[in-house]
Amino acid sequence: MDVEDRRITVTVNGEAHTVEVEPRLLLAHLLRTGLTLTGTHVGCDTTNCGACTVLVDGVPVKSCTMLAVQADGTEVTTVEGLTGHSELHPVQEGFSVEHGLQCGFCTPGMMLTTVALLKENPRPTEDEIRWALSGNLCRCTGYQNIVKAVMWAAEKLDPAGVRA
Amino acid sequence: MTAQDEIKIGGLGSSRRRVEDARFVRGKGNYVEDVVLPGMLHMEILRSPIAHARIKSIDTTKAWQVPGVKLVLTGEMAAQRNLAWMPTLSYDTQAVLATDKVRFQGQEVACVVATSPYIARDAIDLIDVEYEPLPPIVNPMQAVAPGAPLIRDDKAGQTDNVCYRWEVGDKEGTDRAFAAADVISTMKLHYPRSHPSPIENCGSVADYNKATGKLTVYMTTQAPHIVRAAVALIAELPEHLIRIISPDIGGGFGNKVPVYPGYVCSILASILTDRPVKWIEDKSGNLMSTGFARDMYLDAEMALTHDGRILAVRMHADSDNGAFFADAQPSKFKIGLLHSAFACYNVPVAHMTAQGCYTNKAPGGVAYRCSFRVTEAMFFQERMVEAAAQDVGLDPAEFRRRNLLRDDQFPHRTAFGFLVDSGQYHKCLDIGLNAIGYDQFLKDRAEAASRGRLLGIGISTMTEPLGAGNSREYDILGIKMFDAAELRVHPTGKAVLKIGAQTQGQGHETTFAQIVTHELGIPAADIVVEHGDTDHTPFGMGTYASRSTPVAGAATAMVARKIKAKARKLAAHLLEVSEEDVEWELGRFYVRGAPSRGATIQECAMAAYANMPDGMEPGLENNAYYDPPNLTWPFACYIATVEVDPATGVWDVLRFVAVDDCGVRINPMVVEGQIMGGLTEAYAMSNMQFQTYDEDGNIVGGNYMDYLLPTAWETPGFELHEVTTPCPHHPIGAKGVGECAAVGGPAAFVNAVMNAIADSGVRNIDMPVLPDRVWDALRTGRDVSCPPPVKTD
Repeated sequence: MDVEDRRITVTVNGEAHTVEVEPRLLLAHLLRTGLTLTGTHVGCDTTNCGACTVLVDGVPVKSCTMLAVQADGTEVTTVEGLTGHSELHPVQEGFSVEHGLQCGFCTPGMMLTTVALLKENPRPTEDEIRWALSGNLCRCTGYQNIVKAVMWAAEKLDPAGVRA
Repeated sequence: MTAQDEIKIGGLGSSRRRVEDARFVRGKGNYVEDVVLPGMLHMEILRSPIAHARIKSIDTTKAWQVPGVKLVLTGEMAAQRNLAWMPTLSYDTQAVLATDKVRFQGQEVACVVATSPYIARDAIDLIDVEYEPLPPIVNPMQAVAPGAPLIRDDKAGQTDNVCYRWEVGDKEGTDRAFAAADVISTMKLHYPRSHPSPIENCGSVADYNKATGKLTVYMTTQAPHIVRAAVALIAELPEHLIRIISPDIGGGFGNKVPVYPGYVCSILASILTDRPVKWIEDKSGNLMSTGFARDMYLDAEMALTHDGRILAVRMHADSDNGAFFADAQPSKFKIGLLHSAFACYNVPVAHMTAQGCYTNKAPGGVAYRCSFRVTEAMFFQERMVEAAAQDVGLDPAEFRRRNLLRDDQFPHRTAFGFLVDSGQYHKCLDIGLNAIGYDQFLKDRAEAASRGRLLGIGISTMTEPLGAGNSREYDILGIKMFDAAELRVHPTGKAVLKIGAQTQGQGHETTFAQIVTHELGIPAADIVVEHGDTDHTPFGMGTYASRSTPVAGAATAMVARKIKAKARKLAAHLLEVSEEDVEWELGRFYVRGAPSRGATIQECAMAAYANMPDGMEPGLENNAYYDPPNLTWPFACYIATVEVDPATGVWDVLRFVAVDDCGVRINPMVVEGQIMGGLTEAYAMSNMQFQTYDEDGNIVGGNYMDYLLPTAWETPGFELHEVTTPCPHHPIGAKGVGECAAVGGPAAFVNAVMNAIADSGVRNIDMPVLPDRVWDALRTGRDVSCPPPVKTD
């Protein structure tokens, strides 16, 4: 391609990266290849499966459908950014405790959507969880345990909370 | 040690958390797409836009000129290496890269290898292929119509589009039974084409080292050892220099059993460029070209007495096999295990014929979350049972009671020749009916009907054959279907188990350790399970058809027993008694009559390295190969209740009850996870998920915008129940489970919808039971069967 590379700065999991990218480079590919954060998976290329979901300024975004240049100046959180130095994030813990994952391929996207949901709605109902996750496909679990995992995390994050 | 103590150390019955999760929830899995090797190139595939056409010319000049392009690979170049065609798992041939014709939309025509996937894609667009279109064939009826164009003109002696004919059973006996029948119930059904569609697509990273001659391939495969053998045969490479690594796999469901052209091209490209070559398929490529499932038409009838006893069954199946007969099935039966139909019922005599046809559609016929063609078998069976109950005027639950095998009938030889060995079918049915509140629901249904609401209930009961082999009847490319396990116990009593099976989410690293714990009392946390690397694991036939626990799991128990036998000798030596005086409790040997004098398995392990008796070979490791004497026969009873909206044809699931008897459960949490996953696929199959083609052979569901998969929003909740009938021949009594729900589930949903609209006189709506089909059936009072190809613009 004869288009000049663009210099962008993206803060990923708290670390600022200034990189030269082709304007057509997808954010998912910048994360996976450029920054070697391979926890973000690409499933469908058509914004349907949600395996590539990351948070851009706190909002879930399917990174296979966002150009890296569009992320210039933003803060991106990937699955690698959920874990503290040793402790798992309650959402990660919940997915494991409630067996909300099998092959693990959809899991990073599912968890990031969950993190955003629980920030906005700390005590979601089952319907609210199912609706919030309806942009993320899972072929292994049948979702029932994913719903339980989200509820487990909600309880852990906000033990005193009451369902709205 | 009590059973409760065993659960505490992660043995049988423990719902211990999965060890795989630690990496997956951190995004630290290692999938094929994550593999990066120094100097690695990237490959993209050019696919045919047309279903059936002769290739007149391929011009790659412009593609070669793109900076960064290292190789443009065509069928002609592959042919120079004798690799333009490869064998399939059904003893047919399949094109790797098309040389003469393209035979389905999405077929592989050429590859570009470049320094980045973006450059490879740019160059793909610059390959100029001139096609001469030919008439396409998109179903088996067209395939055998007079004057149909010959799809497989590459095959010497092939004069029509039939790829196999097959029959089984007793034709004359069946004819006699039908002649004497009170009632004959007929049924025509189509099980639509579907695609397993794991979220992760297929891919490989091939690394051929010219200096050593060693070929290493990272590959999305459910069966790495079979692939090694296949690559040795296809590419004529020495098998000891081939290493297949199947790292973390993002779902398989049968889709990742076959060897695909992309894998072969990446290997050839690595050999030709002397660089590692990565190929990662996109979703459209996966949906258009890799192993589909089902696509079978049934024409069947059942002979019955007035009081609803089955006298005989007659079935004819037409399968649409696509352009190449590439069914990924290892049985000696051309139609797979379709004749396992009716295995749970008393059927005195039966006859089945089957015919497969080539069409201009993707090849495949994989066992999508089932044994080979068993999903079709059980769906056909349960729809036929439902219709038969209606035809003799019996309640469907009562019809099943009269015909299901009783507990005292095992072992039972079915009319088609299978040996069904165990089960408590009536108990499962009763638990299911009780859980759903059957009688009350029938009252509610009648009451709702009086107010114009359409409620329905559907039952599906079935046993399915899981866990191939035995080696007499099952092989792949001549290699018999057994499995192996290797166990090494280190001096401190920690262990490594290596298995030939390959997890794609089933959690083998968790559950296989539990089998060792059950046998030896070593805590599961002290056991690591390795798999998926042919250089470092014993031979195995792979993971599909729910065969891991039945076969590799049995091998694991058997190798642990060999270890225990040696540990017993070590214990006798440590305790200074004869071996006959040594007793075992889980995790510990002790002296008969003096239980306080004992040696733990860990002490025995240390003794194997530090204090073995004179003349004993040091070390504590062994292996076992296991050839199962029979398949395992889990049973399930699934019951759905639904409400149909007569105004729109939309139907909602009210409740779903599942009763599964999969024998002894190793990790109940994992088992239930498998059941819920399977039920979701069953739900998908019944109401949204299918692949269809238009009359020109264009695939309609070739991406995730057009191929509907259920999300968390649509998917109903499932209520799970359990019965345990141990498998009589498996060392720990386990049976396969991962697929029962996907196999038996669809009929429960469809039977429920048909029950809801029974008063309309409609007998059948083919899957998926889409709202427009329901609406159409309610409006016309006619069946909606085998929809013809649709015209699209």
